[in-house]
Amino acid sequence: MKGKKRLQKSFVYGLLIALSLLFLLPFFWMVMTSLKGPEELSQFPPKLFPSKWHFENFSKAWNSQPFNLFLVNSLIVTALTTIGQIISSTLVAYGFARFKFKGRDFLFIILLATMMIPWDVTMIPQYMEFNLFGWINTLKALIVPSWFGSAFYIFLLRQFIMSIPKELDEAARIDGANVFQIYYKIYLPLVWPVIVLIAVFNILGSWNDYLGPLIFLNDQSKYTLTLGLAQFKGVHDVDTNGIMAVTFLISIVPLILFFLAQKKIVEGVQTTGLK
Amino acid sequence: MKSGLSVNLAPSSLQIKRKKQWSKLIPYLFVSPWIIGFVVFTLGPLLFSFVISFFDWPIVGEKKFIGFSNYITMFTDDPLFWHSLWVTVKFALFFVPLNIILALLLAILLHQKVKGSSLFRTFFYVPSVISGVALAMIWGSVFDGEYGILNYLLSLIGIDGPDWLNSMNWALVAMVIASLWGQGTMMLIFLAGLKNIPLDLYEAAEIDGAGKIYQFFKITVPLLSPTILFNLIMTIIGAFQTLTLALVLTGGGPLQSTYFYAMYVYENAFKYFKMGYSSANAWIMFLIVLALTMLVFKSSSMWVYYENEVKSEK
Repeated sequence: MKGKKRLQKSFVYGLLIALSLLFLLPFFWMVMTSLKGPEELSQFPPKLFPSKWHFENFSKAWNSQPFNLFLVNSLIVTALTTIGQIISSTLVAYGFARFKFKGRDFLFIILLATMMIPWDVTMIPQYMEFNLFGWINTLKALIVPSWFGSAFYIFLLRQFIMSIPKELDEAARIDGANVFQIYYKIYLPLVWPVIVLIAVFNILGSWNDYLGPLIFLNDQSKYTLTLGLAQFKGVHDVDTNGIMAVTFLISIVPLILFFLAQKKIVEGVQTTGLK
Repeated sequence: MKSGLSVNLAPSSLQIKRKKQWSKLIPYLFVSPWIIGFVVFTLGPLLFSFVISFFDWPIVGEKKFIGFSNYITMFTDDPLFWHSLWVTVKFALFFVPLNIILALLLAILLHQKVKGSSLFRTFFYVPSVISGVALAMIWGSVFDGEYGILNYLLSLIGIDGPDWLNSMNWALVAMVIASLWGQGTMMLIFLAGLKNIPLDLYEAAEIDGAGKIYQFFKITVPLLSPTILFNLIMTIIGAFQTLTLALVLTGGGPLQSTYFYAMYVYENAFKYFKMGYSSANAWIMFLIVLALTMLVFKSSSMWVYYENEVKSEK
């Protein structure tokens, strides 16, 4: 019996290790390719490791296009959308969770329903609308909508606020605090864990977004990093070293964020997926 | 302090009335950002998109009402519509079940009590945090027909790999593989579902002499079926919206063999600037996704097991 158990365990381990190698292989290949010399790209059989480590590939690729500018744009968009989402989503969630008002449940159902609408349906009229507003080819098209809350984040926050006992605001009210004071003095500190989760989700989403920038931005000076990378491939199609180097560089932010907030992300995905 | 003072001053009935009206407005004030955003960025565009789907609406030039013509043209006179729909369906037929099986397998492996399972979990999830563009770039290099690592590894076991991204037959398979790499979210959701299954069920089954496979199909699958349903719906929706990968990795080629429906919508709008026609395309996609979701939901009573249901039957 014990032998059978041990056999099962080693089978599980074997499978886990084999699958891990498969999952990590593309990352490994990306890093190694980014460090190889151009002559090693067309070698068969391909070498796993570069014969000489070409660290200069990174700066060469980065400087061949205005990636510093793209980086600034990405940072602006990511920072401003995240701040906007946090402020607007917490306000709205507080409104839905803590007040009774006419039409509340109806509005909340609509809010949930908007999560089902594919972006493909709204992206075309949105483009025309933003064109009218003069937002096309400006970062506003990516930033402004996030200041009006996102259904998913509002939903998350609302569920969390509902779980906080109401006695807390009763006490504060007796002490003479008004609803806004209760919101930012009592609720904001309490929902902090969810705010962090939303910030992480939003930073990842905004940093990684490709379709938004692709549709709304035209001038190279407005590009974000993902758009810059796609363009880099268009211009330097054969420079696989460079493509992999830039890919690696722009993935550093999400990767670091993931390792810092891993526990949070895992818990967040699990609870929200199920709710 | 201030409000305490005003109470002492014995407010007039008018003031009280004002205060009441004001306090009625407060909740709307809080939710107003979302309401405004919903009207401006979702409802407005949605209605507008519906209206212009009945127009010939070039981005510059004269707009003309043409009734159902866009929809009729799409179904009867546009082979690309059927082609892109077929490509998407083919992709979904492979991707949806494989994605669920892979995510479930990984979750089950992680759920076994093994040391270092959080490290393995990291490995399986980490592809999901990078950008779709980065993912496409990486796989572009992995799939390279001559010098890519994949064909090299295949050659080690005696398989002569195809020129993945330049082959009519294999480019779509390559897309399925690359997409499977990003299954992390699904795996985490399955893992959470597995943790909710009471252990004593397995122990009881073990005492009764039930094997692992029997346990899997008689305990794990039924108890996990609500999670499977959720993941199934999300994967179907995701499959129909696959765009970034196709745009960056293959551009829809070779010979439009990876020309997804989402790409068809995108190109009609932003390459050919047929705004009315592409809005009609988008609405059809919306309806298809909606219909599929309903179908999965309706059929779920046949295969999804909810604990309270059985209890109430007893």
